[in-house]
Amino acid sequence: MIVATLHPLQWTILLLVVAGATAVVLTRDVQRQIVVNGLYGILLVILFTVFAAPDVALSMLVVGTVGYPLVVLIAIARTRK
Amino acid sequence: MTRRIRIAMFVPALAVLGGLLAWSLVAIPKFGDYRGPYGYVLNRVVVPERHMSNVVTSVVFDYRGFDTMGEEFILFIAVTGIVLLLRKQERDDAGELGDEIGSPGVRIAGTLAVGVSVLVALWLIAFGFVTPGGGFQGGAALASSVLLVFLVASWRSWSGLANDKVLDPLEGIGAGGYVVVGLVALVDGLPFLTNLLGPGKTGTLVSGGSATFVNWCAGIEVAAALLVLFSEFLEEYIVPLARGGGTT
Repeated sequence: MIVATLHPLQWTILLLVVAGATAVVLTRDVQRQIVVNGLYGILLVILFTVFAAPDVALSMLVVGTVGYPLVVLIAIARTRK
Repeated sequence: MTRRIRIAMFVPALAVLGGLLAWSLVAIPKFGDYRGPYGYVLNRVVVPERHMSNVVTSVVFDYRGFDTMGEEFILFIAVTGIVLLLRKQERDDAGELGDEIGSPGVRIAGTLAVGVSVLVALWLIAFGFVTPGGGFQGGAALASSVLLVFLVASWRSWSGLANDKVLDPLEGIGAGGYVVVGLVALVDGLPFLTNLLGPGKTGTLVSGGSATFVNWCAGIEVAAALLVLFSEFLEEYIVPLARGGGTT
């Protein structure tokens, strides 16, 4: 089946992702930025789910909320000294 | 660099990039306009031909299983590079760290959460050919659930679970096992990674045939690789703390 038009849910999540990405860029403090980036990751998870790609959503869920923040947080902790 | 020069550099770049972006956006196909035949073909043939109900995993571990082996080794090599770069740090007994979580509530709920999320991760790998998931997603989830041990218990509990002695063999089995499953078919005179067990029963744990082993190898490899990554990074963080006489 071809989805010919964007469902309102798809519009909504696309706009939320744009807002989320902007929020990540506008956050100046790096530690806060990681938290905001985690929330942005969850928005991407919802985006992938809404666009019927649950396999990608599952990967993003783990990588975006656990793996990536951990690695970045530790890199920041090490370079600040 | 003064503000004036910055703006002088930014505005032309913005004009060019913005123009190109607008140009390409005008010409992109309509939403949902899918032209390639492969998606339609696969949607029709995967269940009758391979008995797998998750088409995505059937593509990843069966139809293009050879490419996935390359992807698996990209991860393997990336993690090997990290291990080489972040050398072993000399560390005194990290038991002095005093980072045990004090609250019994956090520890008990956290330990339960570790159990539940490990189960979910194993389920994701096991049912990769049936429902969304598979070796890559499940492996990443498995590594993250083990990371919870560090968060809800202590560094000592974590390093008891995730250390070289445990992870190195697992990573070897994950990466090497994939290749071995492929080579077994070659010994029989068949193409690399041919499904020797034949298609399994749709909707069951063995619906992948011998691709089931490939899927589990990928799961083990991804989990082990991520755990090696986490433990290397956590060591970078913990060892200076331990030297400095514990957390504050």
